[in-house]
Amino acid sequence: MSAPVIELRGLAHSYPGPPPVPALRPAELVIEAGDYVAVTGPSGSGKSTLLHLLGLLDTPTSGSYLLDGVDTSALGDKDRSALRGRRIGVVFQAFHLLPYRTAAENVLLALLYNQTPRGARLPAAAGALDAVGLGHRLDALPVTLSGGECQRVAIARALVNSPALVLCDEPTGNLDSANAAALMGLLDDLNATGYTIVVITHDPVVAGHARRTIAISDGVLTELTGAGRG
Amino acid sequence: MASPATGLPAPRLAGRDAAAEAVAGIVQRPGRTALTMLGTILGVGAFVAVLGLTATSAGQISRQFTLLEDTTVIVADNGGLTPLGANPPIGFPADASQIADRINGVTAAGVWWPVSLPADTAFTGSLALSATPDQAVTLLAASPGAATAMGLSMIAGSTLSAYENDTGQHVAVIDTGTASELGISPARLSAHPAVFVNGIGYTVVGIYRSARRVVIGESAMLIPANTALADYGNPQPGIGNQDEAQLIIATQVGAARAVARQIAAAELPTDPSRLVVTSPPSPQTLQSQVSGDLAGLFLVLALISLLIGAVGIANTTLVAVLERTGEIGLRRALGARPRHIAVQFLAESVALGTLGGLIGTCIGVGIVVGFAAAKNWTAVLDPTATLPAPLIGAVVGLLAGAYPAMRAARISPLAALRQG
Repeated sequence: MSAPVIELRGLAHSYPGPPPVPALRPAELVIEAGDYVAVTGPSGSGKSTLLHLLGLLDTPTSGSYLLDGVDTSALGDKDRSALRGRRIGVVFQAFHLLPYRTAAENVLLALLYNQTPRGARLPAAAGALDAVGLGHRLDALPVTLSGGECQRVAIARALVNSPALVLCDEPTGNLDSANAAALMGLLDDLNATGYTIVVITHDPVVAGHARRTIAISDGVLTELTGAGRG
Repeated sequence: MASPATGLPAPRLAGRDAAAEAVAGIVQRPGRTALTMLGTILGVGAFVAVLGLTATSAGQISRQFTLLEDTTVIVADNGGLTPLGANPPIGFPADASQIADRINGVTAAGVWWPVSLPADTAFTGSLALSATPDQAVTLLAASPGAATAMGLSMIAGSTLSAYENDTGQHVAVIDTGTASELGISPARLSAHPAVFVNGIGYTVVGIYRSARRVVIGESAMLIPANTALADYGNPQPGIGNQDEAQLIIATQVGAARAVARQIAAAELPTDPSRLVVTSPPSPQTLQSQVSGDLAGLFLVLALISLLIGAVGIANTTLVAVLERTGEIGLRRALGARPRHIAVQFLAESVALGTLGGLIGTCIGVGIVVGFAAAKNWTAVLDPTATLPAPLIGAVVGLLAGAYPAMRAARISPLAALRQG
């Protein structure tokens, strides 16, 4: 029986004071493989803090975070970096594409630090871009791509390592409604092929695509029951 | 290699990948790259050019110098040490020129000496005139061989001949300065102008511009040796006497040393140690004098230029680090460790420095070659100084990139993503 992808045990985070500002109250959460979870909440509710903790970009002040059964709170920088590079794919609201690199080169970046053999990188990047419907724009620079295409390159970059967890931070925040709908369709498809997806959003339409919705308010997580596709 | 905790291989950045990232960083911003490299280009270029130009000019001077050195032998009479006790007025046999001529490689040889004249000696262009040249004129007695060996560059007439010497003719060869002082035009030599020394007339048969092998003063008048002996008597003998007779020998190129070894024994077989054979100093000493103060100054300027180049690279790299905070955060999120970020920025600044050093070296070499070509000289570049020159750029890049790279490594992935 495989461990859940995410297991939070009393995970809490506060920003150093004085006085310390609690951003995330001790939280318990289990996300199984193949789950599709939306985390919603107003600005300042602790959404971003949770994202940074889940993405191993920040360390919690207390509690533990098990990723794929591995307790990350005990790990050093080397192992945390390895997990970031292999097990987690992050899709940012602002895409974070390097402006002077082509779409394929931007995707290649995710293979640079995790010991992927040099010869295997380009085929992997091309495959990931193909999977998001950009197989024909491998050599396009980000400035020549539309917002929706940029976000799809970012998703390809997040997927190229076949991560255990795909974290999306307001993925539609910079997109118009048509592109947003297309993107959500893509995320639905990815979930259908087995990816575990956590979407951080304040958009109820985006949250509606997820099977589970977790509300966060003043640093407290609440599972919204009965939230389904709609 | 896999971590026991995660089962994953440790993140790493292969050297080739770091190099590729550095090259990408440089190539993608060509304008900024060029400006960043400028200081290093100038510094390394100046360094190579200064070393090359000094080596080239020193090589050229020593080449000219060697030509004269290899063809000149001067023999002086040590005097005072004859077994007979007497000190002859002329320390050479009467047929000194002919003896020297028989040695292989000798092209001309002869005895000459400055004639001692009373302090109030007057040189005039005519008995009727009392005009004297401003400068004191040196009267030199020279055998025809000596006049040839001195390497006089004649601009009119001819040098002293054997016939004039043998018959004690009152003829003279004077330099252009003295000629114009005395109102003697090179073009009117056929009118047989004369110079009167204390009333004794000498017909001017030739006017010369300079003497290549001996320093005989700016104003000089050469008369045949036998004429001088008849008119003024023997030269003054004595050790260290500037007026003492000496033998000057012109040789074929490269023959000077061989001639110098033989000449003393040939001239005075009974007492060769009396003769002091000299040749000019070796070219090495002259060369080191030439590449002295000025080269040092330029090297200091090159160093300053390199320093400015280093500051330029440091500044640009630091700005790039701040400007690329988002990129750094992204790379950290994609699994890069702080050291990978540091290596990337360091590799970029080292590549910048090396590229600047290479371009600078090329420009420096170009300047040296162009300068030498324009002067029709041989370009001299010391490979031990030129080939490592690009490395100077690499070191500059390494030093300049160290601090910005450290700063970049310390940026937290979180802060980076917030800013980006």
